[in-house]
Amino acid sequence: MRTRFQQGLDDLRTRLLRMGGLAEQAVDRACQAYIDRDLARCHMVLEGEFQINVAEREIDEVAFDLLALQQPIAVDLRFILAVTKINSDLERVGDQAVNIAERAMDLVELPKADLPVDIPRMAAAVSAMVRRSLESFIEGKAELAQAVLEMDNVVDRMKDEAFITLVKTMNERPEVTRQALDALLVARNLERVADHATNIAEDVIFWVRGADVRHNVSAEPPVHQASTDTR
Amino acid sequence: MGVGIKVEKLNAWFGRTQALYDITMEAPANHATAIIGPSGCGKSTFVRCLNRMHETVPEARATGGVKIGELDVYNGTSAVQIRRRIGMVFQKPNPFPTMSIYDNVAAGLKLNGFHDHARLDEIVERSLKLSALWDEVKDTLRKKSGASLSGGQQQRLCIARALAVEPQVLLMDEPCSALDPISTGKIEELIFQLKEKFTIVIVTHNMQQASRVAEFTGFFLLGKLIELDKTEKIFTTPSDKRTEDYITGRFG
Repeated sequence: MRTRFQQGLDDLRTRLLRMGGLAEQAVDRACQAYIDRDLARCHMVLEGEFQINVAEREIDEVAFDLLALQQPIAVDLRFILAVTKINSDLERVGDQAVNIAERAMDLVELPKADLPVDIPRMAAAVSAMVRRSLESFIEGKAELAQAVLEMDNVVDRMKDEAFITLVKTMNERPEVTRQALDALLVARNLERVADHATNIAEDVIFWVRGADVRHNVSAEPPVHQASTDTR
Repeated sequence: MGVGIKVEKLNAWFGRTQALYDITMEAPANHATAIIGPSGCGKSTFVRCLNRMHETVPEARATGGVKIGELDVYNGTSAVQIRRRIGMVFQKPNPFPTMSIYDNVAAGLKLNGFHDHARLDEIVERSLKLSALWDEVKDTLRKKSGASLSGGQQQRLCIARALAVEPQVLLMDEPCSALDPISTGKIEELIFQLKEKFTIVIVTHNMQQASRVAEFTGFFLLGKLIELDKTEKIFTTPSDKRTEDYITGRFG
């Protein structure tokens, strides 16, 4: 057993989970800030982005060192590659949370408007996708990741519906155009967060099964499910 | 040109101890096939069965089928004939210490009664060029002994010696394990070039080396071939958990 290498992998896993926690928290906070028109929460999201960016760089450094010094192969190589890609996706999730918080900050200054779009429902669906994609990473279970992929279509439909109804609202009620535009942008940001959660799930499947399932190009079903025990 | 190797139900013993169990595999012509596995797994025994060097050990025996192209190794062919077709390079360079560089390369041919000096000159030069040693030794061919060369040069000299008899297959048993990284790099580069003319089977403990030089890799464990597949498959998504555990350092 390569003890130092194992410690490096454990360190990488712990750091990514912490990063995942930060990104998940950022999305939840941003959505709640938008729903409650809560300026204080918006600021928390903006401040939290710095931590996410620092974590991203640190994870890349640890992964880079492991690749250079330990020459990982097979499941270990797949794990490290998956971690670096998940790391990028989580950082982008943090960026999307900031975008949502900025829309919320814009909204705070505008009068309340009743819009025909259910952002809280969409936010809950997206938040569940992020959480489950991270659970699939923690558990090393491709089945959990697969379930995330299936949820993405639901969020895509929500975004499409939001787009149609909000454009219609903007035409019919020009006085709420800015609020509708903010809602539309939030829906688009949420849909992108869902895309990142999907990417994370795909990377987990790659790590666990060695199968590249991106872009709906299905790989050969594996003969053997390789070990994911990196402990 | 190299020829393919076909192995069928190969079993080998040292006295009563069985070292190989029903090995069946193919090594395609003009490709490198790496054999990996923990110490004592039978990988060296396996390659030594391919050219019948295994039987030179007292009480050692082997059964089963090995074909080098059309040549049936264990049926009606002499060991001498076989070893002419199959060159071998060992872990530790073993040039003949009292012979010059030239004589080291020419030794195999001379032993077979080949004494055409002009032709010998040609073959020695060609073999040393093939083994990427010519430029370093061309001025001291007859002056310096094989033993005066560096470890890496000695190993390339041994490769030249093996190539001089124009084999179709080259067996390499951990050829770089005693060499520094620069010499190792030269040998690996050489293996890559030699594949155009020969079929190569290389035993190595160095996983990175297997992944760098071989198109196919076989994993041996306790005398059995666990898995043989394209090298990129073995080192990214092996099919058998034992292969994965070994290459990721979880045992062995």
